Amino acid sequence: MFTTIPIIILLLPLLGFVLMIFFGKKLPRQGDWLSSGLISISLLLSIYLLINKVSSHSEEMISHSFTWVLIGSGSIEIGIAIDNLAAVMLVVVTLVSTLVHFFSMGYMKDDVRYSRYYAYLGLFSFSMLGIVITNNLLLMYAAWELVGISSYLLIGHWYEKKSASNAANKAFIVNRIGDFGMFIGIMILFFSYSTFTFEAIFSSINSGQLPFGSEQWLTAAGILIFCGAVGKSAQFPLHVWLPDAMEGPTPVSALIHAATMVAAGVYLVARVFPMLTSDALLVIAYIGAITSLIAATIAITQFDIKKVLAYSTISQLGYMIMALGVGAFTAGFMHLVTHAAFKAGLFLGAGSVIYAMHESLHKAKDHHTDAQDVRNMGGLKSKMPITYITFLVFTLAISGIPFTSGFLSKDEILAGTLAFSTMNGHWILPVIGFAVAAMTALYMFRLLILTFHGKPADESIISGIKESPKVMTVPLMVLAALSLFVFYSFNPLGAASGWFYAAIEQPMSVVPELIQPASAHVFHEAVENIHGMAMIISILMAGAGVLLAFAMYQWKKVNADKLAEHAGVLYKGAFNKWYFDEFYSKAFVGGTIILTKILRWFDENIIDGIVNGSAHITKIISSISGWIDNNVVDGLVNATANTADRAGGLLSKIQTGKVQVYLVYVVFSFLVLFILFL
Amino acid sequence: MEPSFLQWLADPGLSHFLILSAILFSLGIMAVLSKRNVIMVLMGVELILNSANINFIAFSRFTDLSLDGHMIGLFVIIVAAAEAAVALAIVLNAYKRFKTINLDDISMLKG
Amino acid sequence: MEFTAILFYVFAILTIGSASIMVFSKNIVHSAFALMFTLIGVAAIYVLLYADFLAATQLLVYVGGILILILFGVMLTSQESAKLNFKTVTVNVVPASILSVTALVLLTYVFTTTQWASRNLETPQETVEILGTMLMSDYLLPFIIAGVLLLIAIIGSILMATRLNSKPTESN
Repeated sequence: MFTTIPIIILLLPLLGFVLMIFFGKKLPRQGDWLSSGLISISLLLSIYLLINKVSSHSEEMISHSFTWVLIGSGSIEIGIAIDNLAAVMLVVVTLVSTLVHFFSMGYMKDDVRYSRYYAYLGLFSFSMLGIVITNNLLLMYAAWELVGISSYLLIGHWYEKKSASNAANKAFIVNRIGDFGMFIGIMILFFSYSTFTFEAIFSSINSGQLPFGSEQWLTAAGILIFCGAVGKSAQFPLHVWLPDAMEGPTPVSALIHAATMVAAGVYLVARVFPMLTSDALLVIAYIGAITSLIAATIAITQFDIKKVLAYSTISQLGYMIMALGVGAFTAGFMHLVTHAAFKAGLFLGAGSVIYAMHESLHKAKDHHTDAQDVRNMGGLKSKMPITYITFLVFTLAISGIPFTSGFLSKDEILAGTLAFSTMNGHWILPVIGFAVAAMTALYMFRLLILTFHGKPADESIISGIKESPKVMTVPLMVLAALSLFVFYSFNPLGAASGWFYAAIEQPMSVVPELIQPASAHVFHEAVENIHGMAMIISILMAGAGVLLAFAMYQWKKVNADKLAEHAGVLYKGAFNKWYFDEFYSKAFVGGTIILTKILRWFDENIIDGIVNGSAHITKIISSISGWIDNNVVDGLVNATANTADRAGGLLSKIQTGKVQVYLVYVVFSFLVLFILFL
Repeated sequence: MEPSFLQWLADPGLSHFLILSAILFSLGIMAVLSKRNVIMVLMGVELILNSANINFIAFSRFTDLSLDGHMIGLFVIIVAAAEAAVALAIVLNAYKRFKTINLDDISMLKG
Repeated sequence: MEFTAILFYVFAILTIGSASIMVFSKNIVHSAFALMFTLIGVAAIYVLLYADFLAATQLLVYVGGILILILFGVMLTSQESAKLNFKTVTVNVVPASILSVTALVLLTYVFTTTQWASRNLETPQETVEILGTMLMSDYLLPFIIAGVLLLIAIIGSILMATRLNSKPTESN
């Protein structure tokens, strides 16, 4: 029973994909009801599974596996494994996916490839669920790549736009870089343990078996697998694809680039958490911290509503990675879940705004104004009340204001980093954490104020704006509700007493004692001691951010432009995304071009020389052998042919054409044979 | 004459029939090889077939072949009938085409 | 000398004599009639071998069918410039004689010197019923194939004969 439900959950979206890709266009309403219905069933089953799993209070896994391939004496096992982590993740994925399916009915209405869009959504959901429920690295890698390809297809949904197809390519290629590292990591593990399943790998490590017998290799394997997460979760230095991926339809951004796919990296780290050494975890923590800081600074300076949200996503993902790195396992994963809800909501809200702007611009026959630029908005509060209120809830949540889900998880993360620094003195991590918390509040409220408050930038456009249809606002309301604290813990100021903390426990580390991170117990104690202080600082930072945002953009007490001028280089750097794209373009693309030039010179002068030389020698040899051919070999061949010709001429005399003469030969030969065998 | 030979002559057994068939066979061969007329050749072939049939039936009478020999003889007769029909049709066609049924004159196979 | 032995020699001489006439006669019509006597003689030999059904079949098929066909062939093809010519010409006489005599000697030698696995002669019985049963059981498939063969032969002969009439003269 419990082994079949996850498989059904997994396969329903695949069924949707197959049906939609082949028959989608012929179905009534292009089949959107079919896809949405199937994913809704998946959602209901996932919720049922989660409730059963969590209420049973057992850490027992639902698992089922079978042998897939036999290689020599070894074998490859594949199968599924559902622990509480996976069960929660299943609900997150199917929930956001379902809401996005419904939201898209409004947003993507009249799109040219409507049914294909839904087919790709189904493919994505299938692959994402595959990552979640698998019990081994091999299938996870396969699903990981499937997620990559469906993300590619959805980013490039409007491939007529050059920027969209470029963004799709970029996302795919950058992801491949990370996946390459992940593949090497997986192969190191497979080479050492001849298995792909998590449990088998963990138990081998636990029994003291190390890859190539050294602890460094274990650390390296962990970091290499983390490379996959760096790619998918858009961590520094591979974060550059995510902002460009905003070229895709906005619901896709909500589903893939905010809630689920980018969270896959975090999920991966959580999955392999037991085998990560303290060194690997430290690297992970610093990568996360750097990412969150960089992305937050960029987010403050952007004007495109989706770009701001994209950088905010990167920043929050950095948070989660940092949390896992410092050992705040549950907090990191909880932030993944809460973030999935409110960030999906933010994107869908942005989608709602963009949709309304588009409609209005279309009516006004204005094709030049950018519908995504916040400078063209303002004053939408009264025009789109539902969107505004839900957007406000999401903004509060992401800023970490108490009574929201974001506060719970973020507070725990910050407490975790603080506890980590008290244990081993990496004080830079909590400093970055708190700074980013303030920045998050600042840029999110900046976005909110610029979009919804104040005076409209262009009265003629804003006056034409209407609230989006029900099919779009209802998903927003659902997500807004899920951004409140009650769903995660009944205590609005502490998540530790809620069901989530009870269900998701930090797994025991399996790595050898010396390189083990601080155990869950020790860490929890440290967190307990520091929690109150962390909470106060966190609220203060968030409050400061909000106040600054209001001061700058609502009350205009502080001139934002002047402040930018004062910041000078810093502002310019952040505004230009710290020149990452330019750097990559110069260093890698330019470097590749120089390298190809060198290789070309090498080709033309050295390799071609060798080739031409050998061709010349071949020519000489061939002329010699040609002479031999013409005179010696041909002579022999002709002699043979002449002999055969003469013999044939002689023998043809026997062929008189008279049947009876032939018969005489036959009878004669028969009698000769008869005598011979007598 | 030796008495044993006379005795052998007086009691017809398997070898008597076999020798009879051998004589018929060589006469058939003679006809097939030496007659210019196609129909004579066909008659020679019938003679050879009959000699073979006598062998089969003689063996089925005197050895363990039993009635299976009769069976084979029956099928030989069937095939001979089919052969005769088809062969005569061919002969008629050849006659129409070459205006003769003399095998010597039909020598298109000459090398 | 037993009665059957006398009968055997009578029919053997009939068969061989008429066969010789068939082979050495200069007139093809004589040859055809000599063949008839040969076939009748062979049928009698079958009777001596207790093959009653085959003897009857021999008479019906050979004498009644094939021989008539051959006579028709003789009549239809013996026209040479508007008058009948029944003379037959021999070729290859020397090699043919040598070869047939050699064949006769060799076969006789083999037949007389071989020790055939003989068995006790059992009381002869009617073969018709047994042969019928065998045709419908063990030999069913060959029987059907033989039927198909005959059908094909009929179709083939008719086809060739029809072509013959529809396209009378083909220049060569």
